[in-house]
Amino acid sequence: MSGIGTGYDLYPTTFSPDGRIFQVEYAHKAVENSSTAIGLCCKDGVVFGVEKIILSKMLVEGTNRRVFSVGEHIGIATAGLTADGKRIVQNARQEAKNYENFTSDIIPIHVLTERLSIYVQVFTLYNYIRPFGCSLMIGSYDEEKGPSLYCIEPDSVALGFYGCAIGKGKQEAKTEISKLKLSEMTCKDAVKEIAKILIKTVHDETKEKEMELEMSWVCKETKGKHKLVPKKLIEEAVEWVKGQENEED
Amino acid sequence: MELIESPLQDLKKEVSTGTTIIAVQYQDGVIIGADSRTSSGSYAVNRVTDKLTPVHDYIYCLRSGSAADTQIIASYVSYYLNMFSIEEGCLPTVKKAAHMFREFCYQNKQYLLASIIVAGWDEENGGCVYNVPLGGSIIKQPFAIGGSGSSYLYGYCDIHFKENMTEEEAISFVSKGITEAIARDGSSGGICRIATINKDGVKRRTIYGNELQKFWEK
Repeated sequence: MSGIGTGYDLYPTTFSPDGRIFQVEYAHKAVENSSTAIGLCCKDGVVFGVEKIILSKMLVEGTNRRVFSVGEHIGIATAGLTADGKRIVQNARQEAKNYENFTSDIIPIHVLTERLSIYVQVFTLYNYIRPFGCSLMIGSYDEEKGPSLYCIEPDSVALGFYGCAIGKGKQEAKTEISKLKLSEMTCKDAVKEIAKILIKTVHDETKEKEMELEMSWVCKETKGKHKLVPKKLIEEAVEWVKGQENEED
Repeated sequence: MELIESPLQDLKKEVSTGTTIIAVQYQDGVIIGADSRTSSGSYAVNRVTDKLTPVHDYIYCLRSGSAADTQIIASYVSYYLNMFSIEEGCLPTVKKAAHMFREFCYQNKQYLLASIIVAGWDEENGGCVYNVPLGGSIIKQPFAIGGSGSSYLYGYCDIHFKENMTEEEAISFVSKGITEAIARDGSSGGICRIATINKDGVKRRTIYGNELQKFWEK
């Protein structure tokens, strides 16, 4: 089987003649195979939503987590190989704890993002370790600085976003997100909007099995702490989405 | 029979900043002061030492204990503070600097003899003074004294310290304290170095031996 990169795609240590590192690009493909995750940076906080495909009725609800807390004040949502995502989150937790022990301050989100970015980049340098096959969205809320959302891709590029989507349905999701007025939206509204995008736009009921919504937020209401969105709110959001569908029909 | 110890024996003793250091919070920031003697046994290695060591633009540390230990710790903290402030894009708080000193002093307590006072100004909290004594604990105080000469100043400070002094009152408080300690402590001497740290930056001054106020002496 020969693809575009044949001959130059065995190791991340080889550039192709047109200046690409194929192993890193293949890592992006791994992310695109996974289900979608969305992050929105609203007026008063950051909300994450992940479309989790239920692989089997035997699986316990809430297992197979895709959203994690780092310190108390930062949340990370992953897409791609979950195990890779967990490894990076583990590293993030160490960084945050070390920073706090050393300086007695909690780690600012842009410092954590920078450090994770450098960490991810290291794995694109050698032929005996592979790049991470996952993208991460990192979000936090600060009383003075407001909400912040960053996204790190497998090539280690870290960018700040107002709204971001990663995974299979990221293109459609990004289109929907660009229609939203994020600077005026509260986190409670964002929960509904994310549910709408994940259920209606991204999730294809004919092709895929049922989905479970995993949502978390870090906002004024949670006093800057990263927590899972209460189940009740998610259920209300799902009801609202169903209501919208009926209206449109 | 050797009745008098050879002067060369002094040079074999570790260089220490047997010293007097004071830091006090005032209205707009902090005033810090120190004597200028570094001794090795009874030999004054340096009689014009600068014990007021900057670790960042608005943060200073006052060193007492082993000169080598405190110098190296101050240089580590200064290195990390600079790195962090560039990474974060803002000036570090005095609290951050003090906690870093504490980490070094506590984690290496078996090897070190360092008692440090960290004082400075930051925007969030104004003037702050933190004491990081021998064991590596950390205490925030409105004023702190340290070094061998400080034993003679506890009474003086308890009586004369006031909250929210003006710059002049605070400088007078510090300089008189250093003067008194120099008079009573053999390991403290020389000139009195003083620095004012507030939002406008750091202003240093020196009070020479002959200008130091004379208290009761025969």
